[in-house]
Amino acid sequence: MNILKKTTLIGGILALSLGFAATAQDTLTIATETGTQEIMLKVKPPAWSPLPELISGLVFRSKETQSLQADDFGNPGMVFVEQAWESWNTTDGSAGKSCADCHGEPAKMAGVRAVMPKFNKDKGEMWTLEMYINNCRTDRMGADAWKWNSGSMVSMTGLISLQSRGMPMNVAIDGDAAPYWEQGKEMYYSSTGQLELSCANCHEDNYDNYIRADHLSQGQINGFPAYRLKNAKLNSIHNRFKGCIRDTRAETYKEGSPEFIALEVYVASRGNGLSVEGPSVRN
Amino acid sequence: MASIKPRVKVPGSVAAGEVFSVKTLINHDMESGQRKGSDGNKIPRKIINKFEATFNGAAVFTADLETAISTNPFIEFTMKIAEAGDLAMKWTDDDGSVYETSKSIVIG
Repeated sequence: MNILKKTTLIGGILALSLGFAATAQDTLTIATETGTQEIMLKVKPPAWSPLPELISGLVFRSKETQSLQADDFGNPGMVFVEQAWESWNTTDGSAGKSCADCHGEPAKMAGVRAVMPKFNKDKGEMWTLEMYINNCRTDRMGADAWKWNSGSMVSMTGLISLQSRGMPMNVAIDGDAAPYWEQGKEMYYSSTGQLELSCANCHEDNYDNYIRADHLSQGQINGFPAYRLKNAKLNSIHNRFKGCIRDTRAETYKEGSPEFIALEVYVASRGNGLSVEGPSVRN
Repeated sequence: MASIKPRVKVPGSVAAGEVFSVKTLINHDMESGQRKGSDGNKIPRKIINKFEATFNGAAVFTADLETAISTNPFIEFTMKIAEAGDLAMKWTDDDGSVYETSKSIVIG
């Protein structure tokens, strides 16, 4: 009897401490090569948001994972950023140009990631960062387009995201973007797969609760591309969407499909106000 | 894979006898030799099998790495020094390649 009581007590304490895995920490100070940089982990949501508070996915991760992202040297995603820096300066394609020839330093890309995806007025459609990169490659450099999920592409999005790190996400949802945003919202709240789960079932109704021995996040994409410990590389947003939809036991859309682009517009806008974090470190 | 390049982070200057940490990272596939490629054949093992750090010629820290070590091995160790000098680090690859780098540390 005594033993049973003790067990219940320990169980109670355990449950209590696990419940507070999401810490009260509101910012993260990252040690960079030259100094420090602060990013916001918790911010007020936009007026239309159904969430009471926007919380970065980092908050739901373990202390060890958080500390990896707190130091650029320890952040394994930076290895890929460095590789992208090399390809930034490498000439490719028939025009004999590199990214640097037009854009100069990658630092010129500051602010780009924060507003992605962005409506491309010339082409009359919604474009993600990947599409802007490939447009540069095919139209300006005369080089082959990179595959959406290829190492070169994801690393390049990492390099470009890093330039905007710390800036608040600010994706436009009105005007030309409105129909995409509506489509994405529709998808977000629609059940998919044999498990009949919508994005909102997990990431809106149950964030911070446990799923498969892990905390559910709000499904924010401000940290992408994300270095995932499970596959030891940077992962694109659409790759993560695919994983989520597959987990509902549904046939997924393809990376770069119109459906995923619309979903990216909506999901990105749900994080409007959170800092750009890429390349972040996640499970 | 892009060229293999070691990275090291040490404090530029330390007090004599102060314990400080050295962080190292090298990008490497660390192919375990137990995976099979798309053709069904085993991918041959290719890992960093040894890491050595010497300060002014004297060994500070060495490690034998095995197949279960993940991609891009990150090694952190602590040390203290009595005088300024060079911390030389060496990674040995299965194929015989050696990757080396060195950092100067001053007392101050």
